[in-house]
Amino acid sequence: MAPDRANIPAGQRLWDLSVTSSGWAVSGDVTVRSLSGLQEALQNPTQPATGEITLDLSQLGRMDTAGAYVLERARAALAGQGLELRFVNLSPDHAALLARVQQAMPKVETQSANPFSLALLLEKLGRMVAGAGQFLLELHAMLGLFIARLFWLLRHPSEFRLTALVHHCDQVGWKAIPIVALMSFLIGVVLAFQGSVQLRQFGAEIFVIDLIAISILRELGILLTAIIVAGRTASSFTAAIGSMKMREEIDAMRTLAIDPATVLFVPRILALLITLPILGLIANVMGLFGGAMMAWIELGISPGMFLARLLEDTSARHVLVGFVKAPVFALIIGVIGCHAGMGVGGNAESLGRQTSSAVVRAIFAVIVADALFSVFFAMMDI
Amino acid sequence: MAGDVVISLRGIRNQFGPHLVHENLDLDLYRGEVLGVVGGSGTGKSVLLRCIAGLRPPQAGQITIFGQDALHCSEAERREIDARMGVMFQDGALFSSLTVRENVEVPLRGIRGLDAGLRRELADLKISMSGLPYAAGDKYPSELSGGMRKRAGLARALALDPEIVFLDEPTAGLDPIGAAAFDTLIRALSETLGLTVFLVTHDLDTLHATCDRIAVLAEKRVMYTGTMADMLHVEHPWVHEYFHGPRARAALDSLERTA
Repeated sequence: MAPDRANIPAGQRLWDLSVTSSGWAVSGDVTVRSLSGLQEALQNPTQPATGEITLDLSQLGRMDTAGAYVLERARAALAGQGLELRFVNLSPDHAALLARVQQAMPKVETQSANPFSLALLLEKLGRMVAGAGQFLLELHAMLGLFIARLFWLLRHPSEFRLTALVHHCDQVGWKAIPIVALMSFLIGVVLAFQGSVQLRQFGAEIFVIDLIAISILRELGILLTAIIVAGRTASSFTAAIGSMKMREEIDAMRTLAIDPATVLFVPRILALLITLPILGLIANVMGLFGGAMMAWIELGISPGMFLARLLEDTSARHVLVGFVKAPVFALIIGVIGCHAGMGVGGNAESLGRQTSSAVVRAIFAVIVADALFSVFFAMMDI
Repeated sequence: MAGDVVISLRGIRNQFGPHLVHENLDLDLYRGEVLGVVGGSGTGKSVLLRCIAGLRPPQAGQITIFGQDALHCSEAERREIDARMGVMFQDGALFSSLTVRENVEVPLRGIRGLDAGLRRELADLKISMSGLPYAAGDKYPSELSGGMRKRAGLARALALDPEIVFLDEPTAGLDPIGAAAFDTLIRALSETLGLTVFLVTHDLDTLHATCDRIAVLAEKRVMYTGTMADMLHVEHPWVHEYFHGPRARAALDSLERTA
């Protein structure tokens, strides 16, 4: 039962357990760093045991709580076997420490085991479904709250916070222009390049214009804008409202008779409703511009020809189909962002969790809505 | 006070940009004592604590811990010093992704040759010694009240049986009963474990109940050190106000009544 000496820093004294006919004796240091093996040594009495064993601690050097714990536990274990371990010749300091540890011995409470069963799985599934239903309900409540407050503000225009609206338009719209413009320009470039490679095989290069125009105007321009805005804005709504919630600012507002929905939600969601279509327009223009550039470079279609064919062939309804979706996406992003912010609890972890889940939910919901729109427009033959 | 100095600070200067927090600060901490550090807001009590604990080197001065120059030693020597000290931060500073027991086990993991079962039991012992119920070991910090988080932070600070513990505002934000229980706990631990305690506090009751000696931070240095009784005779206006103000009188009175 020799302790692993290689693991002990050099120069450190170790414990030693001697077993004689008169009793046991522990000498040396028993500290958390040097007690490996002591527990086993004490719990395997090498002698046929009598009713009482004395443990001489007169040669004990340093002892910390870990050492005292091991001695104390050995005593308890031997007591379970009907033996009594008596500590003798200990210094007052050691006695005090042993007494303290004895007093603090953790009382192990039996934990209820966590059985893995089908019923438990089903219960979990049921809770998740109920939770999802509850979540959808809350989103509708948030949407209803927004609409109700919006109409209330229409009747009480003096209560409306124009400054906040302008500020949020700046944050949500103006500052998003570079990233949205760059992204859709690149998407236009990619579409033109990929389309030209494929269409050249059929000698139908000229249709690359239709490809770019329809896909950007109808789908990609507005969808990708919404996804970028969901990532930027839903998270910032959640973070801003959530940190106010965390610091009880929202409760303070309520006690001061300020309605958080009017002050916080309406300007934010309204700013999204105003700016998302504008961002979508910018995305459309930049996407077409990128496509035209690439078509010019790759296929030699001049910008003039691109424009002529675009105006001649592409129906304006594609643009309308795209833009109809913008306010819906804006509502989805704003409502999810604000709702997640209100779900923040009292600690910083929940703020982080809610912020990331707001982004995931907003992007997911935007894509689901886009798919529903596609199905709807296809069935309506638009 | 055997006169065995474990920490000695000489000529400490701490500065944040143009803002001078400490200048020429001297302080000694003796083995086995409970030293209470008081001072007005912004006098750098916590900065001093962070300074000694090695979290923020001072701009000038000398820190000697266990007879070793703590500012100009090798990293290995500093680690050895750190292993003999424990810090309890104001709100416990528990790792939020770990349960309380796992938190207490963190410092124990660094010890080779300590098997997982014993490590867990030692963590349970420390949790129980800090006055937490056994069931608290399975909880996450966010599920605990402020007082329990402080106790769990203390359990983690005590995990390796340090010789010195630093306590940053141990009773701030606790209800009077919880604060009194914490005072008793500090006193009991310092007596049975032979702990040296460096305690930063605002709480006069804590000073009365736990501290052997009080150090007053004012005018960028340790103005006065001495026992509670000594403090009552100091003429410095801030110290006088602090120990003779209405709240101080109430604390003193209650102490006299119980005595």
